[in-house]
Parts: sequence; structure tokens; C-alpha cells
Amino acid sequence: MALDRLNAVLETFDTFPDPADRTDLLLGYADQFKEVPPEVARRPFPESNHVPQCESDAYIWAIANPDGTLKFHFAVENPSGVSAKALATILDKTLSGLPAEDIATVDNSIVERIFRRNISMGKGMGLMSMVDAVKTLAKKAAGKVIPGG
Amino acid sequence: MSSIESRGYAHPEALVSTEWVAAHLNDPSIRIIESNEDTLLYASGHIPGSVNVDWTSDLNDQLRRDYITKEGFEQLMSRIGATKDTTVVFYGDKNNWWACYAFWVFQLFGHTNARVMDGGRIKWEKEKRPVTRDVPTYAKTNYISSERADAKHRAFRDEVLAHMQAKRQLVDVRSPDEFSGARMHMPDYPNEGALRGGHIPGAKSIPWARAINPDDGTFKTAEELRKIYVEEKQLSASQPTIAYCRIGERSSHTWFALKYLLGFDNVRNYDGSWTEWGNMVNVPIEK
Repeated sequence: MALDRLNAVLETFDTFPDPADRTDLLLGYADQFKEVPPEVARRPFPESNHVPQCESDAYIWAIANPDGTLKFHFAVENPSGVSAKALATILDKTLSGLPAEDIATVDNSIVERIFRRNISMGKGMGLMSMVDAVKTLAKKAAGKVIPGG
Repeated sequence: MSSIESRGYAHPEALVSTEWVAAHLNDPSIRIIESNEDTLLYASGHIPGSVNVDWTSDLNDQLRRDYITKEGFEQLMSRIGATKDTTVVFYGDKNNWWACYAFWVFQLFGHTNARVMDGGRIKWEKEKRPVTRDVPTYAKTNYISSERADAKHRAFRDEVLAHMQAKRQLVDVRSPDEFSGARMHMPDYPNEGALRGGHIPGAKSIPWARAINPDDGTFKTAEELRKIYVEEKQLSASQPTIAYCRIGERSSHTWFALKYLLGFDNVRNYDGSWTEWGNMVNVPIEK
């Protein structure tokens, strides 16, 4: 199945109902966060890649691979953007390398499933916006793959 | 930014700088408390020696919409190893919203030996000061609290209604769009269920963020604050004042600024705020 990796991560989170365990899991992902490489984007990052409504000041890029799959890159400018870094890592690990058409089917409700009680009021909308931004880029790419962004 | 002592505050002792905190990391008479909206932040790294106090699980009653009882506060203080003589220093995310909220709840129990770290977590981070993931443990204390005394610092709906009818000072610290009723929640936040938009009649719109310097989150000087709250908005420091937002967190920030930095004699926080007022039947609303 196209979204196997994402579903596996979601199922892993389902097995950790305790917020403290979930915190450790999320921090583990946040620690693996890799910022967008300079060959893709340098500061100041363009507003067109900025995720709206995200207080963590997240940016997203989708690079088209020759085989029609996408590779996602992220930047999180707010030093307190731990949740955004965790989600960015999960999205990259589970969606990069998939065809744009499959990525476009992801629902932003995955945010609730991943974060549950670890989601703060102000973060929820921004994190869902990150998923929406990924979907938007995927839909664009599915219509017409634009190399470099 | 100028030193806290030079800013002309009514109670400068209520605010400490990041430098001051850095110099007191190993002071046993100090307990540094992080209070955040984002539940991941403390675990991701915090000021060495600081303890986490969560506004939902530690300060709120888990059944009623209310705060913990005397017994709950005693347990909390015991857990963080605080005595009556301990100076508690709050800091947190969101420009210290929740730090001020926790500070305010502590005042309901009369723990006046309390401070807020100016600029909060983001300033500490931007200054690249040390953080750790080590969670400290402190020997439990036998803290005996007084009963929670809401009257001095907290306003309830009937009191707010009477206050409004008497045309006394009300400060709405929400965003302009929330005040006008254009939206019923903060930008980028979910609607938490208010059925009506607008504001309490007579309230003056002074968004909480006007009290801080946007570059580093520190509080403005007393003179700058006075220009906003007293000169521009015509609030009197000697008149009873009630601040509100949506659940009382942003208004805790303004409550702190009015009470400790400008020296307002009688200022209370209406924690029911818009999530209560915007749902009540037959109370007046202005747009």
C-alpha cells in the first residue's frame, strides 16, 4: 500500500496512549529533524514556502524526483518548534519517495492521531496546516511536476 | 533592554532577568518553574534545575472548571520541593502567558514569594543559555497552604456583570478581531465553543501583546506601559479593574503587568473569560 510507512508510524503511536511515552517518541522524531539543505534553499526563505498559521514558522519544499516521486524538505525557524520538527521528520520519513498522487490523499487528521494530548491549543492548527501544505504541494506536483519546488 | 530596576515598575521585585536566573541556578532557596502551553517543550530541554508545572494537569481541577484545592496545592508544592520560604520563578512559552497564569494561581494560595522571568523561554533560548533534559528531583516538603482565596485576584461571572453594570474598568486583552466579534477565537487557534462573538460592554480593547517588546518578549518600561494603559486607554490605577481573554491565560499576563508593573491597586483576572461570557444566556454583549 502506498501509505504503508505512514500507517505504521500511526499504529506505533496508537500503542502509546500514555502522554509521557508519546512525548519521548515525539522528541525522538524531533531530534532526527534535518533542515532543508542549502542546495535547495537558503535564508531568507521565500514566503511562498512558508506554512500559513504555523507559529513554529515552518517552511516546506517538495522536490520532484525523476521517477515522479517527491522529496520533502523542511525548515522550522522557531526554536521552540519541537512539535513542528517532530511532524516534519515523520512526514519526510513516511511520504518522501512516494508518488505525488498518493501523498495528496493524506488527511490532516493524522495530526490528532500522532499528538493526541501532547498537542497544544496553538499548535494544532499550525501542524494541520503543515499537512495541508504537503498535500497542496503534492496536488500541484500531481498536476504538473515542477522541479525545484 | 534596560535593567529591570531602571524601568520604573511599581513592584520591580516581581520580575527577574534571564541573567539573574542564570546566576541563581544552584540557589537552594529558588525554585525555577516552567509552565508552557506546548506540553513537549519542557521535555525537549529546560533551564537546569527547573521543574514543570502544567496548567491543565497541575493547576486545574480535573473534574470541575476550577483550580486545585488547598490539598492539591500542598501536594504540588511538596512535589516540587518548595517551602513557604522558597522563591518561585516562573517562565514559559508564548511570551510567558502560562508562566503568568501559574504565577496568578499561586497568588490564590498566597505564595507571594514569586517572580516571573522577563522574556520567558524564548529569550533564554535566543541567548543560547544552557538547557537540559535532566529532570531534577527534590526532597518532598511538608507545605501547609492557606485555603485558596479567590476574592482578591479572581473575578466570577456575577461579579463581572455587576462590575460592568457599574461601568467600572474592564480590559479585553484578546486580538482586535476577537474583540469586534469578527472571530470567536485567537488567530490560528480552534474555536473553543463560544456561541457568540463580541466583547463585554464597556471593555477597552488592549491586546496583551502591547505590554511587551516584540523583539525579545520582555515587558515594556513603566513609562511605556503607562502611556498605553493610562494615557491612551484612560485606565485609572486606583479604580477596580478586571481583565479577561478567552480562558484567562492572556489576561493573566495583563493582570501581571497592571498589578506589579504599573501598581494597579485592585485588579482581578476573569478566568471564565469569553468561553464563559460568550456562552451565557441573556448577558449583554457589544460588537
